[in-house]
Amino acid sequence: MAQTAVVNVPKLNKTINVPTGLFINNEFVPSVDSQERIDAVNPATEEVICSIIAGSEKDIDVAVAAARHAFKTTWGKNITGWERSRLLNKLADLIERDAQELAELEALNNGKPIKIARDFDIGDSIQCLRYYAGWADKIAGQTLECDNTKKLAFTRHDPIGVCGQIIPWNYPINMWSWKVAPALAVGCTIVMKPSELTPLTALKLSELVVEAGFPPGVVNTVPSLGSVGGAALAAHPDVDKVAFTGSTVTGRKIMEAAAKSNLKKVSLELGGKSPHLVFESADLEQAASWAALGICYNTGQDCTAGSRVYVQDTVYDKFLAVLVDKVKALNVGDGLDDATGAGPVVSKGQYDRVWGYIESGKAEGARVLVGGEKRNSKGYYVDPTIFTNISADMKIVKEEASIFGPVLSVGKFKTEEEAVILANDTSYGLGAGLHSNDANQCMRVSSALEAGTVWVNQYNLLCNNVPFGGKKQSGIGRELGSYALEEYTSVKAIHWNFGEKLEWPL
Amino acid sequence: MPARFEYEFDTPVYKGSTSFETGLFIGGDFVDGSDLGTIECHPTGKYLATGKVFTSVSEGTAKDVDIAVQVAQKAYETSWGLNVPGLERANILWKLAQLMEANAQELAALESLDNGKTFGWASGTDYYAGWADKVTGQTLETDERMLAYTRHEPIGVVGQIIPFMMFVWKIAPALATGNTVVLKPSEFTPLSALRMCALINEAGVPPGVVNVVPGYGDTVGAAISAHPKIEKVAFTGSTLVGRKIMEAAAKSNLKKITLELGGKSPNVIFDDADLDQAVKWATHGLFWNHGQACCAGSRIFVQAGIYDAFLAKFTEKAREIRIGDPFSANVDQGPQISQIQYDRIMGYIESGRRDGAKVHLGGGRVGGEGFFVEPTIFVDAKPEMKIVQEEIFGPVGVVVKFENEEDVIRQANDTFYGLAAAVFSKDISRAITVAHKLKAGTVWVNCYNTFHPAVPFGGFKQSGIGRELGQYALDNYTNVKAVQVNIGTRL
Repeated sequence: MAQTAVVNVPKLNKTINVPTGLFINNEFVPSVDSQERIDAVNPATEEVICSIIAGSEKDIDVAVAAARHAFKTTWGKNITGWERSRLLNKLADLIERDAQELAELEALNNGKPIKIARDFDIGDSIQCLRYYAGWADKIAGQTLECDNTKKLAFTRHDPIGVCGQIIPWNYPINMWSWKVAPALAVGCTIVMKPSELTPLTALKLSELVVEAGFPPGVVNTVPSLGSVGGAALAAHPDVDKVAFTGSTVTGRKIMEAAAKSNLKKVSLELGGKSPHLVFESADLEQAASWAALGICYNTGQDCTAGSRVYVQDTVYDKFLAVLVDKVKALNVGDGLDDATGAGPVVSKGQYDRVWGYIESGKAEGARVLVGGEKRNSKGYYVDPTIFTNISADMKIVKEEASIFGPVLSVGKFKTEEEAVILANDTSYGLGAGLHSNDANQCMRVSSALEAGTVWVNQYNLLCNNVPFGGKKQSGIGRELGSYALEEYTSVKAIHWNFGEKLEWPL
Repeated sequence: MPARFEYEFDTPVYKGSTSFETGLFIGGDFVDGSDLGTIECHPTGKYLATGKVFTSVSEGTAKDVDIAVQVAQKAYETSWGLNVPGLERANILWKLAQLMEANAQELAALESLDNGKTFGWASGTDYYAGWADKVTGQTLETDERMLAYTRHEPIGVVGQIIPFMMFVWKIAPALATGNTVVLKPSEFTPLSALRMCALINEAGVPPGVVNVVPGYGDTVGAAISAHPKIEKVAFTGSTLVGRKIMEAAAKSNLKKITLELGGKSPNVIFDDADLDQAVKWATHGLFWNHGQACCAGSRIFVQAGIYDAFLAKFTEKAREIRIGDPFSANVDQGPQISQIQYDRIMGYIESGRRDGAKVHLGGGRVGGEGFFVEPTIFVDAKPEMKIVQEEIFGPVGVVVKFENEEDVIRQANDTFYGLAAAVFSKDISRAITVAHKLKAGTVWVNCYNTFHPAVPFGGFKQSGIGRELGQYALDNYTNVKAVQVNIGTRL
């Protein structure tokens, strides 16, 4: 009973078909008990693109049961690593084939420019799937010497089981691939809850899951409200592991629900308030480019957005001038326009939130160097905004929640020690960047920064084989690289006695 | 201009055409050998005019090896090696794996034409494609004033000397880790290797990264082993030749070597084995690939209690082996690869008879033409006999009775080889204990001759140096560099 929405893409004179049902057991189905729907909105025009079915708690139950059944019969240990590898590679091939259409749908629902969606988000996603396809037949345990005359001891890296994957709206397709590839490579099955703001590409990708040949129940997709589907997964007694990317506030709830239910394993990738440090020896033009990237990329809607820049006082004025020029050069507009470098923020909710911070910054006396003024047209636009003359007690600096928009505060420091203290003065620890041509300084500072990823003379760029995740309250666990495999494996140790006879009583 | 081999297969197991150049493959092009010589290819199938030449390939010389090394060196410095990220190498190897699969039937047919091997193909290219972007070093904690880390860098130009069918085992791990290759296929079986070269181009492997130089062991093989600019050589073949390669490596530039040599692998079958299964696996273990496997289970030790029953069933199974042209349907065993090999095998059979062992089955040629040898079983052989000590490399085995565990372990290990071994017993504790005591690089328990690209393979003792397959193979093709960066120590 698959319903399909025919989505109109006005600027390109075309339509895209999007399935609107819940994807369970390789089929698109209605909710078992709910009539609720979710409207997917185009943030550039504020118009509804289409509506899809909103999953309920019972739908999550059905999906989890499907995933469990698949894990026991057609997936998990019932399939060789090599076959999992082939299926993941096939899926990568199909996404590559449909990259243009997927990019258009992503741009429509999320707002980001099509070419960035296609070449970066989707390009990286294809490589992510291929990277983990390469791991699927290489999951190795160890043999361990205990006593050669008596025992063979070894470990097996078993798949954990059914995984509840909850992904955000800022990189819908890319985050989907990060949550799908390592889990499937190791042999887990998935119930995926995409963000209620950007569910469309997850549903479209589900069609490719079928076409690639994955058995039913291996990947299930249940768009729903976070407080419904997300909460249900986090609390579900038959979900073995939950992985979440999103806000720290929600991350806490998920961990709590996991603790209260079945102590399921949890990995969290949460917010950040990531600092840039610009030292006097830095190539200022490059540092400014990377800093601009850090706050403008994806319209600042990035967990590692470099939202605080601290500049050594000796080069402060010079750097700021270059940074302002770089930021002003960005063309913010409709993602379907070729000329656009960054799109609107994703929703009304985010729009109000980000503007709330900007207004508070202005009200508390920070100086606006760039931006800070709302547009008079349709669309959830926030133009890049730079604040200076900030102080530690201002909301934009002090408050722990990330702004999650293109809002940058710039501060000063005198010494390296001071810079490190400023950078680390946060309960977050996701990313950090430092710019310096002094190699020893680079070593010292990269070692001192309390962040899961430190960029030296760079920012924001990731590789699929390099792990990513947070220190402190920015998260638990690591994604990407071989490290992600650990999040989806459960180690079993086997002690095989062949030479010892027990005397009883001892 | 190098010749072109064009052939129309019209056989019960394969119908299709093939067409490819048979020159040396250097720098992405097919070229003549520098002496303009050629090597004749003799088909081994009865389906074709047996023994007669049906095509020839260009013959490489030491000079061609020089040229290939220069080309490979250039490619390493510009379009491969550390100039290309692992990700890109992965994508290219994955493409190659897909092309090999698409052309699998044709490649197998060529292999059979050359080799007489019945139809089958093994990959592993996709397995190594997956490693290409996962070659990691380590960061090592020493103290906070030092940043110490390792890099696993490619070696550079590597030489590879292969027997029939081993193409993928050799080039895949070498390419995945970023090396460039000069490869000498067996002079007896160059065709499938040359056909692969077109696929290598099509997959997007940059020119010069893989170079194939057909030629003879004492010219091309020797040149590779002694070349001052080749820093690593990998060889699969006889122990005799392996020694020469190691010697040449030592005398030239101390190039790194891995050797995968011969074996005289023991298959140990206890009283409590599942008899039917043991018989089937033993048959597969000895007669697979016409006995032309380095790890063939050619010494079968059977415990006294089931000796008679085993021998009877094993003989029956061996009798059921259908010998014939590899292109006919329903054939299990084709011809041996060449006249030389055929003569060698018959020589061993003769020596077994002369030394007093008894031919229980076979012992002769099949038919009047073609290198077809009957599956042959010797009994009543003594440990010091040649047929027990030396590798025959044909469908010839000895079955030996043993009394107890201690005795059989001693007998099984009484060889300077150590490639593989097997244990059959339903008592898993005993099977594992014995497996751990057998001196072999692979021990099969209740099976034989099963391979998987993730599981390493290689020899103890004089069966070889180093391991192929699995992650272990990557170590053969990387040079570890430790970098120690001083951050905080001032003298």
